[in-house]
Parts: sequence; C-alpha cells; structure tokens
Amino acid sequence: MSKVLHLVNKSPSERNALDSCLRLAQAGHSVLLIEDGVYGALVNTTTAGNIAQRIKEIKFYVLGPDVDARGLGEMPLIEGMGIVDYEGFVDLVTEHHLTQSWL
Amino acid sequence: MEPWEEHEPEVVKRFMYVNRRPPHGTIYALECLEVVLIAAAFDQDVSMVFLDDGVFQLKRGQDTAAIGMKNFSRTYGALDDYDVEKIYVEKESLEARGLTADDLVIPVEVLTTAALREVMAQQDVVISS
Amino acid sequence: MAYDYNGTLVEHDEEGYITDISLWSPELALLIAEDENIDMNDDAWEVINFLRNYYEEYQIAPAVRVLTKAIKKKLGADKGNSRYLYEMFPYGPAKQACKIAGLPKPTGCV
Repeated sequence: MSKVLHLVNKSPSERNALDSCLRLAQAGHSVLLIEDGVYGALVNTTTAGNIAQRIKEIKFYVLGPDVDARGLGEMPLIEGMGIVDYEGFVDLVTEHHLTQSWL
Repeated sequence: MEPWEEHEPEVVKRFMYVNRRPPHGTIYALECLEVVLIAAAFDQDVSMVFLDDGVFQLKRGQDTAAIGMKNFSRTYGALDDYDVEKIYVEKESLEARGLTADDLVIPVEVLTTAALREVMAQQDVVISS
Repeated sequence: MAYDYNGTLVEHDEEGYITDISLWSPELALLIAEDENIDMNDDAWEVINFLRNYYEEYQIAPAVRVLTKAIKKKLGADKGNSRYLYEMFPYGPAKQACKIAGLPKPTGCV
C-alpha cells in the first residue's frame, strides 16, 4: 500500500488547501502542517473540527519551528497532533513513498 | 542515430499535475500547462487533475482579448496531440461551481472524490500548482 | 536585433524568433527563410501554413513530435513523417519552421 505525506502550508481560515487535502487524503496517510498551515493545529478555531474528525485514521504533524515563530508555542494544539523539527520533517518525507503539497 | 529516430525512455514514472486555481488571476495555471507540455516530451505517464477553482481553467468560451492576456484555454485542446490523455476533473468541484462536463473546453474524465483519491495515491510524483 | 525588409524593422530575439508575432508577413517569412538557407517551395509553405493554423487554433507552437503527428493526421503519412520534415528543415522542423512562421520557439522542444 502506498503511503502519502500531505504538506499544507496555508492557514485554513484563509485558503481551502487543508479542506481539499482532508477531502482527498486516505486513511493511513499523514498530514504535516507547515508555515501558515500550522494555524490549522490550534484548538477552539472554526476549522479545528475538520482535523479532529480524521485524527483517528490520519496521522497529523505540525512543524515546531513554524509554531514557535508564530507565538503559538504555549497554545494548546489539537489532541494527537505530533510535533516535529526539521530533522523530523526529513524523516517523514523519507518514510512516505509520495509527498504531495497543497499550495 | 538520425534525428528523426525515436528512442524509448528507460524509466517511465507516473506524474500527476494538480490544478486548484482559476486561470487568469495568477500565473499558476499557465505555468502548470507549460510544464505539462514540456514533461510530455519526455515520454512519461502524465496526467492532469482539476479540482476546486482549478475547474474554471477549463471553462468554455474564455475571451481574454480585452484583458491583454494569452487565451491559453485553447491550448488544452493540444494536450491530446502531446499524448496527455488522462485529464481528470473532480465531480464535487464542478457541482459546487454550477458546472458540468459540457461547460468544459475538452472532454475529460469526471471522477468522484473517492475515485480521485485512489488515482492520486497511485502516482509516483504529484506536483501542485 | 531586427529583420529589415523594405526598410521595415521587425525585432527578433537572439535565436531569430520575432518578438511580436502580429508583425509577421509572407514577405518576412521569405527573408527569414533566406537567413536559414531554406528553399521556400510549395511543400515548405504547406508546413508553414500548417503551423500558423495550429497556433491560431491552440495558441501554441507544437514540439516536433507533435507537429509530425498532427501533419500526419491532416495531410497523410507521406508528409507527416520526421524524415520528410527534417529534409526540408534540417535544423529541426519545429524550431526552424516556427521561426519562419513567426511563431515562438516550440513548447516542449528539448
């Protein structure tokens, strides 16, 4: 079975990249939120439910440096969300057979 | 070897180009189309997907004369000559925009989200624009 | 850089493709063909006209493989084959013929 890593770098309240990604991602895939995509990891937002709904079948990660850069380090993130650094980012890419960016 | 002799590529990979943006507000759509036409020259297995606002790229009847831009909606008609035959459009994206396949400049394969999910996961490389 | 015919200057890029395709004329084509050492007989004109029609319809200058296939579809296998076209345009039927036809360099030409 193929394993796909989806990259989302747009805020879910600005663009539909995360929505479309979640619509087309399959169970067993992974999603990594980077750059402005990390806003999607916050709880108590209008979009948080979309990730929470899929978190049992899709593994979600957020890029730590992008979280810190935006002053979100102390904020609660959606439960089950993994945090990776740049090294972890590279590991994720190599662990998946295909990486798909949602620009 | 003479210039008119063709040679077979050693490795054929599946390249999928995903279009999610409308045609003229940004350069993404035109650039993607150009990349696809160039990639097609390398005899790879190339497909294009149009979803979200990307379906507007294929809308019939575009007339760009007054905005001074190239009307590249006509170039999609050349994809068949370039042997790019797999053109997928997401059914849900069309419907959400009040469009049907009849509104599009070329014949396409309309796929449901579920079917498109399968096709996407079978690719070797997915390139977004 | 410009072509000069009858005192009219038509700008071209460093490879000889004219920069404003609306300035093309059959007379200019003859001048470019002379530069390229191409004999503009009826067969050559047929290819040039084919390319111009293709561009008009699809807004694109086709790569050589595509041109060959499209000509084959329209004019038959006698003309839609690489050998016939390369003999007429030795430096590449798409590249050279596009230049004479006043079109941009073909898309997907490697």
